[in-house]
Amino acid sequence: MVKQVPDTANITGQAMKEDGTVNRAALPAIFNPEDLNALEMALQVQEQHGGQVTVLTMGPPRAAEVLRQALYRGADRVILLSDRKFAGSDTLATSYALKCAVEQVGSFDLVLCGRQAIDGDTAQVGPQTAEKLGLPQITYAESIQSLQGNEIVVRRAFPLGRETVKCTLPCLLTVVGSANQPRPPSARRMMACKLAATPLEYTTLLELWPEFETEERLDTYLAERSQRIPVWSAADICADESKLGMTGSPTKVLKIESVVLESSGSKQIQANQKSVAALVQELVEDHIL
Amino acid sequence: MNQKIWVFIEQENECIAPVSLELLSKARELADELKGHVYALLLGHEIADLAAQAIHHGADTVLLADHPELATYRTLPYAKVATDLARERQPYIFLLGATPIGRDLAPRIASALRAGLTADCTALQIGDFERSGKVYEDLLYQIRPAFGGNIIATIVNPEMHPQMATVREGVMKQGEPDSTRQGEIERIEPQFDERNLVQVLEREVRQPTCDLKGASIIVAGGAGVGSRENFQLIHKLAHALNGEVAASRAAVDAGFISHEHQVGQTGVTVRPRLYIACGISGAVQHRAGMAQSSKIIAINSDPHAPIFQIAHYKIVGDLNKVIPWMIRACRTSQ
Repeated sequence: MVKQVPDTANITGQAMKEDGTVNRAALPAIFNPEDLNALEMALQVQEQHGGQVTVLTMGPPRAAEVLRQALYRGADRVILLSDRKFAGSDTLATSYALKCAVEQVGSFDLVLCGRQAIDGDTAQVGPQTAEKLGLPQITYAESIQSLQGNEIVVRRAFPLGRETVKCTLPCLLTVVGSANQPRPPSARRMMACKLAATPLEYTTLLELWPEFETEERLDTYLAERSQRIPVWSAADICADESKLGMTGSPTKVLKIESVVLESSGSKQIQANQKSVAALVQELVEDHIL
Repeated sequence: MNQKIWVFIEQENECIAPVSLELLSKARELADELKGHVYALLLGHEIADLAAQAIHHGADTVLLADHPELATYRTLPYAKVATDLARERQPYIFLLGATPIGRDLAPRIASALRAGLTADCTALQIGDFERSGKVYEDLLYQIRPAFGGNIIATIVNPEMHPQMATVREGVMKQGEPDSTRQGEIERIEPQFDERNLVQVLEREVRQPTCDLKGASIIVAGGAGVGSRENFQLIHKLAHALNGEVAASRAAVDAGFISHEHQVGQTGVTVRPRLYIACGISGAVQHRAGMAQSSKIIAINSDPHAPIFQIAHYKIVGDLNKVIPWMIRACRTSQ
């Protein structure tokens, strides 16, 4: 399970509007970093133990980009979960939709996702999806020590400590950034999957490739080459609509405020040796230093 | 009204985690406003001694589940006990620390109860909420920075209770314990699922190597420092001022320094006498963790960096020059 996120880690002065709010358009959309670590862990399990890696994301049509990135890195199958009915979902409604989608994928042994996404930093969707699937969860997973039969041994890493746990499969892991170095996209796979697209992108693609003339012909062409990324709607995953989107979200946003920054009595210090020395002197006299 | 406010008490090695004591102080405040009752949810094995401490810090009742199955924290047994109890007792508000344990446990419980949960709140208040002509009185305002920290969102859970929130360590002030406070200890007989799916083979917890929370002078570096090698400048200035070294998330993510030193919403919250921010742009997530510093000096080459908006002393310039000047000035002044 992966997420496309705005690159909040690189907010600079330029990404701020004059009124102090964020200019979202100035932020590129990226593959959530810890989800890339989760994908890498899944690909390594597959290399050592076999199996199939399916990558699932929920988001607007443009989130198909992270699925292509997953294909370029070695995912076998990708699915975009996209429907206006999901709009406005909080973590509880999101985890319900993901749970329905995972069940729809079929049988599985391991579900992996990043520990948290950099836009919300809640770290809630992983454990909530595990609860809804009735699976044990191992959060903060850093490495899989062993995987034998239906038993997995995982090392967890926290800011101040670590823990090794044994768990029965199937289970859900949330993976931390220190787990591994995610592989870059493979040039060979990029060539092989260069056409991969969802039907939601056909209108744009037809402008690029007018020779296909109709969406049907483009669809047939992509489907024959296994380049058609499926889009699942709320109906496709048999979700109860009352548990989706705003309706299914117990948390409501009361208000959003741009952060008003102010400091009382601020002082500009010139960037030269004399002014800096005077500042230090002032701080010493004020008993701050 | 007698609203129940629950605080999950995190404990390890016969100690209550500081964040749980901070939450008890906050819960006490909220309960006094709501004329409510503070419950401390204390789970573990041979931990009954900690109940009195929870009462001294503000709990009216300690719900004590003492069982060998709870000796080491594991998600499923802890979540089961807390969820069963919450279903039965219907708390109005349920607060947990945003620690690795709280962040593992809270979403599990919230999902089972279908309750709303807000992560990493920086403030909690009581207030009303109106939607579609209906007024919900005395809800918990869960206030947190969002979207890379550039906005502050106030979240409410009008319909589904408990209203759940996690709060980072150091954000709420811990009150002085009152050893004369009286409270009740209620023992719970927990029920467990028979399938024991997770086993802890090994657990090690380190003591922090730096004490940012208690530091009176902090020198912090951000992405603008440029490299791990150059981060030595930050260490040198901290050494010259007899302060602690801190970092923004960008610097930690770039590998300049370990996560223990991270200040901000996903790190530590600090309140030093002096905070020197070097090459830190100042996303709200960072500011959330240091804005309460008594004096802030910001050094940044970008005059539009948001950090300047909260700095008391602004230095627009190259930190590679300014920091050495500062170190020299400190040496001569001492």
